[in-house]
Amino acid sequence: MDCEHPHHLDAALAALGDDPAATVLAGGTDVMVDLSFGQPHPVHVIALRRVVESAEWQEGRIGAGVTYRRLERGPPGALAQASRTVGSPQIRNTGTIGGNVATASPAGDTLPVIAACDAAIEVASRDGGVRVVSWADFFTGVKQTSLRPGELVTAIVFPDPMPAHHEFAKIGVRNAMVISMVSACVTRSEDGTTRVALGSVAPTPLRATAAEEMISAETNPGESALTEFSRLVSAAVRPITDHRGTESYRRHASGVLARRLLERCLRREPR
Amino acid sequence: MTVEAPTRTGLASGVGTSAVRPDGIPKLTGNYAFASDLMERGMLWGATLRSPHPHANVTRLDIGPALAVPGVATVLTIDDVPGSRHYGLERADQPVLADGVARFWGEPVAVVAADDLEDARRGLAAIEVEYQPLDPLIDSELAVERGEVFRTINVRRGDPDASGPVVVEGYYEVGMQDQAPLGPESGLAVPDGHGGVDVYVATQWSHTDHAQIVACLGVADDQVRVHPAGIGGAFGAREDVSLQIHLCLLAQATGRPVKMVYDRKESFVGHVHRHPARMWYRHEATTAGDLVKVTARMVLDGGAYTSSSPAVIANASYFAVGPYRCDNVFVESHVTRTNNPPCGAMRGFGAVQACFAYEAQMDRLAARLGVDPLQLRLRNALAPGDAMSTTGQIITGSLPTARVIEELRAMPLPAEAPPTHPFHLPGGTGLTTDPAHVTRGVGYAVSMKNLAFSEGFDDYAEVRVTITPAGVEVHTAAAEVGQGLVTICQQIARTVLGIPQVAVVFDDTATIGSAGSTSASRQTQMTGGAVEAVCAELRQMILEAHDGDELDDTGVWRAGELVVPLDRLADLGPATHHLRFRHPPTDTPDEDGQGNLHVDFAIAAHRAVVDVDAELGLLRVVAVDTVQDVGAVLNPAALLGQVEGGIMQGVGLAVMEELILDGGVIKNASFTDYLLPTFADAPAVTAGFVEEASHFGPFGAKGAGEPPTISSTAAIAAAIRNATGLPITRVPVRPDDIALAQPGRSIQGT
Amino acid sequence: MHVSMSVNGREVSGDVEPRTLLVHYLRENLGLTGTHVGCDTGYCGACTVHVDGISTKSCTMLAVQAEGAEITTIEGLASNGELHPVQEGFWERHGLQCGFCTPGMIMQSAYLLAEDNNPDEDTIRHGLDGNLCRCTGYHNIVKAVQYAGARMRSEEPDAPDWEEEGT
Repeated sequence: MDCEHPHHLDAALAALGDDPAATVLAGGTDVMVDLSFGQPHPVHVIALRRVVESAEWQEGRIGAGVTYRRLERGPPGALAQASRTVGSPQIRNTGTIGGNVATASPAGDTLPVIAACDAAIEVASRDGGVRVVSWADFFTGVKQTSLRPGELVTAIVFPDPMPAHHEFAKIGVRNAMVISMVSACVTRSEDGTTRVALGSVAPTPLRATAAEEMISAETNPGESALTEFSRLVSAAVRPITDHRGTESYRRHASGVLARRLLERCLRREPR
Repeated sequence: MTVEAPTRTGLASGVGTSAVRPDGIPKLTGNYAFASDLMERGMLWGATLRSPHPHANVTRLDIGPALAVPGVATVLTIDDVPGSRHYGLERADQPVLADGVARFWGEPVAVVAADDLEDARRGLAAIEVEYQPLDPLIDSELAVERGEVFRTINVRRGDPDASGPVVVEGYYEVGMQDQAPLGPESGLAVPDGHGGVDVYVATQWSHTDHAQIVACLGVADDQVRVHPAGIGGAFGAREDVSLQIHLCLLAQATGRPVKMVYDRKESFVGHVHRHPARMWYRHEATTAGDLVKVTARMVLDGGAYTSSSPAVIANASYFAVGPYRCDNVFVESHVTRTNNPPCGAMRGFGAVQACFAYEAQMDRLAARLGVDPLQLRLRNALAPGDAMSTTGQIITGSLPTARVIEELRAMPLPAEAPPTHPFHLPGGTGLTTDPAHVTRGVGYAVSMKNLAFSEGFDDYAEVRVTITPAGVEVHTAAAEVGQGLVTICQQIARTVLGIPQVAVVFDDTATIGSAGSTSASRQTQMTGGAVEAVCAELRQMILEAHDGDELDDTGVWRAGELVVPLDRLADLGPATHHLRFRHPPTDTPDEDGQGNLHVDFAIAAHRAVVDVDAELGLLRVVAVDTVQDVGAVLNPAALLGQVEGGIMQGVGLAVMEELILDGGVIKNASFTDYLLPTFADAPAVTAGFVEEASHFGPFGAKGAGEPPTISSTAAIAAAIRNATGLPITRVPVRPDDIALAQPGRSIQGT
Repeated sequence: MHVSMSVNGREVSGDVEPRTLLVHYLRENLGLTGTHVGCDTGYCGACTVHVDGISTKSCTMLAVQAEGAEITTIEGLASNGELHPVQEGFWERHGLQCGFCTPGMIMQSAYLLAEDNNPDEDTIRHGLDGNLCRCTGYHNIVKAVQYAGARMRSEEPDAPDWEEEGT
């Protein structure tokens, strides 16, 4: 095995172009856990920590190498809230949004925010140049993406401006440093347009579109609309039972969490 | 291993002070040698092949390909065990390596020693092993039906036909908790060149390790020396043998030092766990609230091998009623043999499971009677002179049940309003919950625990004390697991001998006799008691020999004049003394579980305040306040540390810690998914201590390590019931148990 | 592979297996066994070190990723024989029992206090919520960090709460 430390994006893309099978480390916090769990040892590692371009953050375009630590201290809102729930302070010092996206775990904490905001994933390769892929086309399954050989995630592109309201929450049995059982992000614009995305309840981040359509039409949702919204969200999710939680709880909690986040959007001042 | 005398001494660091830990500086600077830090020139690394099945015949085991792996020095199977092929704490029923059958998931099948860990792992992968999976027995009730039990206890006391007009019944379950000490199992075995071996391990009881090692190696006692190495927490997990015998076998086979360190997943299968429990209870009382009769049936699952299951079920049975009077008690209890992971010692040792059930019953009874739950407990509180409700033992020592409850009740409650900072709400950093979603509950629980070993066990601790020109050395084989015994020993020696410079030396098994296990809350009273006794006798011997009237760090004094300076005393003697300290003997139980089975008891009471988000089933334990019967406070800071840490393990069992089994396989054997409470989960703790001296042990102190863990869990469950109105009959309480429970279900019993 | 870095102010270099984690390089190759391995999955925090001044779990980083970095471990925290204020705080306020989590806990605390030497209790708790301790229940660790903060601000630390017990 050897390990490369490119300092610029073109060098990183060149290295990956030469060996599309290389293991790419962003913060490395996911890959190292796999290593410790006896995964086959990587032959060729490209470590991105020093790629200066990837740490750039301009308005809605967040470089893939921006750490959770920077995000949690960034503009208040769903992305900061989600980033704060990732792992531990040390992991957030190292882990990056690009890594979260490329790993594509169903429990990836920033993924519901990306989905609810209709953010896009910017990818690049030496030979294929830059592509911008919608989140819905990017995440294809449990830890599966449409990333092509030789491609790197280079940035996450959020709408600019963001919706007026965006709120995130995540359920875990422990009150810190926990993998989510259910996570959710709700956005709402001044015109009432509402988006709701959930994590850990399907192979990829999931949008509850029927719930969105119903509640977007409500300019001032009352109790019955909120209840129906909650019900539609619970109906939309496709959770499983595993050692972290049951299908029935995840379904129930999805609706509860979505409703609460919507209520926060309605209650709070615009972001 | 020698612990340096601290730099700050003086009798200001004697009994009753918050003397600082003498091992603090090495532990703070990274220089303390934990067992996993040990290295030796030319050392090999060991690794363990484990069964992927909870129950299987090993139909083929070919180590040949592994031996051909470069770097692999040896591979051993059960056929390479020269002595006894089985070991065990109470019964030698656990094969050193699978004996043709694997009986639990993760059971060791073969061990490899190689030049480095990677080579050892490659060796493991090259072992050719085939299994014929068998149907695992995983249901403890089915095991009882089939007679697969390690021990059955029938407590029969009083009139089986007695009855009371007020009856509450309940069925309760406790999940499988893990001790999860932060330091994984590790050790180093070094051949001595004469057919023997020195083994350095993190253990709670080096002498029982020694006995099991020599039996399996088939060597004489003096050919194995077990040396204590730095211990990264224990909590019961290090009372049984884990890798000790494997290490010695590998060292013997290769003639080279061998080191093994478990990773966290291995650690979860490499030590025993807290027994999961199923408990059915019926309490009958008068309309005035006097307990008339308690009937209970308990099934604890012991897993594949015996470990300390017979003693755990004894505790569960004898403490089945708690610190309450009742003249008619009938308890049938079983600890079963299954293909689940073996269970054994964990802090609280059977008393934890029982307490969760009997305290839930006491609350049900209070609700049925319409009386204050604490008033009901006070009405029935066991006191000196009473007979213990299960065993009939007349309580002769201190047992301040009522005072503990009264003092807890008098403690102020935390502020009423739920906190507004989002991280302080249920769900914590996940931001799930707003203040409007929160209901606050308050719950109480009281517990009783035996101290030191019971049921006729010959329980002793040896200590040697030596005067040197530099001060005093206290020699012991007791395990310092972090609890602070090292400090307590220093404090006692300082106070009794009047010499502040005290070093505690943790000896190997060849150098001193057993101190017994660091378990059962026993070392303060047992090894501490031995230090007090041996120092008192040595002081007397010195004064008599030199016709002195005072001893201090300058030497022996007579009528205000220094007659023998300390350095001369070290030469002249008497400068050393040794004794084996025993507590008053206990009985073995009769066939009805009756007798004076216990030497001493401690009472603790906990009050939990829990904020509940019932819609999501999320919790925040706001506060757990406690009053504990400790006999005497020897070191306030160390005691508070034990209490706060013990409560956190109770919090863990109440709200998050459980090994989840699927067909005998642990699904969450990692710190990713076996959740330990973090800083964000820690409740505020206010502790009060009742000091009514014990009848034995140093300065009246009682053991204090386990009680914080016992009733804290039950108190938190009670608080959740109080907040939600749900029955909460199982811990840990899962989000489903609250969020998906039928709304409005009453906590009333049947 | 060849790797070189600065560890506790000392330039070190050597050949490592490329897959070697930083924590194993520190422990096995450099003999700096004060950095502990408690879980192998980035959860316990016992392996926390500073990489270029940033607290990092050294089980989540390859040694070769630290090429050219400045690493500080628990062994490098004290200077000129003087305990770091955090180390002093842990000793004075009984912030440790078994001590296995302690080096990682101290490194994270020192990082926290380097950012803000007067953190409130919430900041301390949430700055340390990635470090597990199984012995103490955490309260004395919070007090140890508060003690250290006071020392770093040249203030007198609060009296320990057990003194109120009056024994």
